[in-house]
Amino acid sequence: MLKLTNVSASYGRIEALHDISLEVPEGKIVALLGANGAGKTTTLRVIAGILHPTRGSVTFDGRDISRMETEEIVPLGIAMSPEGRQIFTGLTVAENLRMGSYTRKDKAGVERDLEWVLSLFPRLKERLNQVGATLSGGEQQMLAIARALMARPRLLLLDEPSLGLAPMIVRDIFTIIRKVNSEGTAVLLVEQNANLALRTADYAYILETGKLAMHGPAAELRRNPEVKRIYLGG
Amino acid sequence: MILAQQIISGLATGSLYALAALGLVLIFKTSDVVNFAQGEMAMFGTFIAFTLMMKGGVPYWGAFVLALVFAAVFGMLIERIVIRPLSTAPLISVLIATLGLLNIINGVAGWIWGYDPKPFPTGISGAPIRVGGLVFTLPTLLNLAVALVLMLAFFALFKYSLMGIAMRAVAENRLAARLVGVHTNRVLAITWGLGGILAATAGILIAPVTTLSINMMAEMQVKAFTAGVLGGFTSLPGAVVGGLLLGVLENLVGQFIPQLKTPFAFALIVLVLIFRPAGLLGTVQRKKV
Repeated sequence: MLKLTNVSASYGRIEALHDISLEVPEGKIVALLGANGAGKTTTLRVIAGILHPTRGSVTFDGRDISRMETEEIVPLGIAMSPEGRQIFTGLTVAENLRMGSYTRKDKAGVERDLEWVLSLFPRLKERLNQVGATLSGGEQQMLAIARALMARPRLLLLDEPSLGLAPMIVRDIFTIIRKVNSEGTAVLLVEQNANLALRTADYAYILETGKLAMHGPAAELRRNPEVKRIYLGG
Repeated sequence: MILAQQIISGLATGSLYALAALGLVLIFKTSDVVNFAQGEMAMFGTFIAFTLMMKGGVPYWGAFVLALVFAAVFGMLIERIVIRPLSTAPLISVLIATLGLLNIINGVAGWIWGYDPKPFPTGISGAPIRVGGLVFTLPTLLNLAVALVLMLAFFALFKYSLMGIAMRAVAENRLAARLVGVHTNRVLAITWGLGGILAATAGILIAPVTTLSINMMAEMQVKAFTAGVLGGFTSLPGAVVGGLLLGVLENLVGQFIPQLKTPFAFALIVLVLIFRPAGLLGTVQRKKV
């Protein structure tokens, strides 16, 4: 469904990604792992159209999206819960969710998805009229994911959904990610917590300083001695 | 009784300050631009209304609405042609650009319409209404009514419509707005159009008092800035409260020392900035990086 072929990208003159090729098949969870600064977030930014690649191509359903702008990519079915959550802190939870469905015209479908999203995140339902700034970190993360889901994406990009959250809340959020995936949404998951990511994903790619270091089925990578040593803490 | 009368006429002028301030704050909030050209945009729109009435034979309200349509398009064009290309330029460049626009619009208007002040009609005329000892002139009531309707319409738009929510979203976090699929440029153009409508409304309603001339908005614009600063410059309700408050206060000052009416507005800007930089309803602005 999503395919990156020999993608390079830079911030100004500094190359952040070099010759990356990866694939997210329909309905799968793919994890993108690596240390800080390895290029995980940059990869998501390239897919979402925030940053355009300097070389290579990004295709979604066979269509080249590497030159398209973010606001044109969202309606194709790619939504992102970005690094640092980036919810609208001055807007209420309900307004944040309404913004999530900004590009959609099917009112009935939006209504249905709102019910669905609120059933996934009951805590947001209790806080519909609160402004984003008053939410806890975990609730803000839930809102960021919920807002992305309101676009009814076929591919969900998640940037560090566990960052800074208590283990119990992380567990809840990952349960929901699996549930969303089981209903047909493909997920590309960027995660520092390699152990958790490899237990959630079907397939994983490991980046090192902007280059692809390794890739394979998640279960295999978990048993790989080198991965164990570097990313899973022995 | 004199006091009550002064307060009422203060509110009538203040509601026009509020409209103009609303336009300034709206544009500042969403695009981070202090639009020094707003007064001239209002003046130009008022001249358009005047020309439609005098040369085109269009009735007052028809000319009013057509001038607002013009003002909206004008605002959007300015965003597209001048502001958008400067979106990555330093803020100071954008400020200079709006100052430049001020002079360009002023000069072009003088070239088209000349420099002599012209009388401008009111939308309504007739005997003033007396209630108790108070006198309400019909133009005063009209100003209050138009300003009130327009403000309520704007607040409803911001609170409930998807476009209004998107404007607040763009104002707060442009990247996040793009990530949910908002064409931020389109939203910014629309806020400039709305700013144009607010400004032109204030211009058309104040013109019978100031008379129509290319410099008619000079004083009004200072008042609009004062109203905005008074309200915090980031708060839309603050702009309205600031406008009404300024209208009333300056009228009371003018009652005793008419010469100090305008210096009073400047003094108020300076005092508010020193003692309460966040204004009455605003929040302290940290410069966005």
